[in-house]
Amino acid sequence: MTMTLIETKTLGTAAAAIEFTSIPQTHTDLVLLISSRPASGAIGVILAALNGSSANFTSRQIEGNGSSPNSGTSTTGRVGVVGDSGDTANTFASSKVYITNYTASTAKVISADAVNETNGTTAYQILYSTLWNNTAAITSISLTSTSGANFAVGSTVSLYGITKGSSGGVVVS
Amino acid sequence: MTEVLTKVVVNCADGTSEIVPLSPAEIAQRETDRLAWEAQEAERLALEAAKAEAQASAVAKLEALGLTAEEIAALKN
Repeated sequence: MTMTLIETKTLGTAAAAIEFTSIPQTHTDLVLLISSRPASGAIGVILAALNGSSANFTSRQIEGNGSSPNSGTSTTGRVGVVGDSGDTANTFASSKVYITNYTASTAKVISADAVNETNGTTAYQILYSTLWNNTAAITSISLTSTSGANFAVGSTVSLYGITKGSSGGVVVS
Repeated sequence: MTEVLTKVVVNCADGTSEIVPLSPAEIAQRETDRLAWEAQEAERLALEAAKAEAQASAVAKLEALGLTAEEIAALKN
C-alpha cells in the first residue's frame, strides 16, 4: 500500500469553501486530513460536496461533547468538525476522512473521525459514517461549514491517494 | 458592504490554486445547510436541557425519599 500526497493547501485568506478539482483517477482510496478553525461563530461541522453535488448523502454520527453523548442522522455529507471560534486560541480542529474506492461505479463509503480543541466546557469527538449513493467516479471534493462561517486563515487540508499493493509494505510519500 | 463569499480551488492536475467567488447555487446551498444545522442544534440543546431538568427533578424526589447522595450516584451508573 502506498499513501501519496496529491495536494495540500493552507489558507492565506479566510474562505467559505476549499475545493480540490481534477483529482487523479489512479489511486484506490482517498484520504483527507483537515486542520480547521472557523473565522467566526459557533461550532459547525464540515460538509463535503462531491463532483459539485450535495445530494444523495446519508450520514450517521456518534459524538461526545464533554457532558453528554449524542447520536444522529443527516442527509448531508458530514465528514468532520470545523471547530468553534471560541476554542482555545490558535488551536485547530482535526478531522480525518477516508473515502473508499472513489473511482468505482458503486456507491461511495466515507468514514471520518474528528475532534476540536478547547480548554472550555465543550469539546466534540465525533465519528461519522457517510454514504454517497452515486456511481460516478469522484473527480472533485468541496468542503464547507454548516455554521456558515469561513474557514480561518491557517486552516489546512491535505488530500492523499491510497494505492493498494501486493507486497504488504507501506510507503508514505 | 456585502461580503463576497469565496472558495479556494486547488487543481490537482497542475498544483495551482485560485480564489473564486461562490456561485449563486453554492451560496443557496450554504444557506440551506446553515439553517438545517441551526435547527438541529436547537433541537439537540433543547433535548439536553429537558434531560438535565428531568434528572434534577428525579434527584430531588429521591432525596425526599431519604436516599443519600452516594446512593443516588450509584443509581446513575
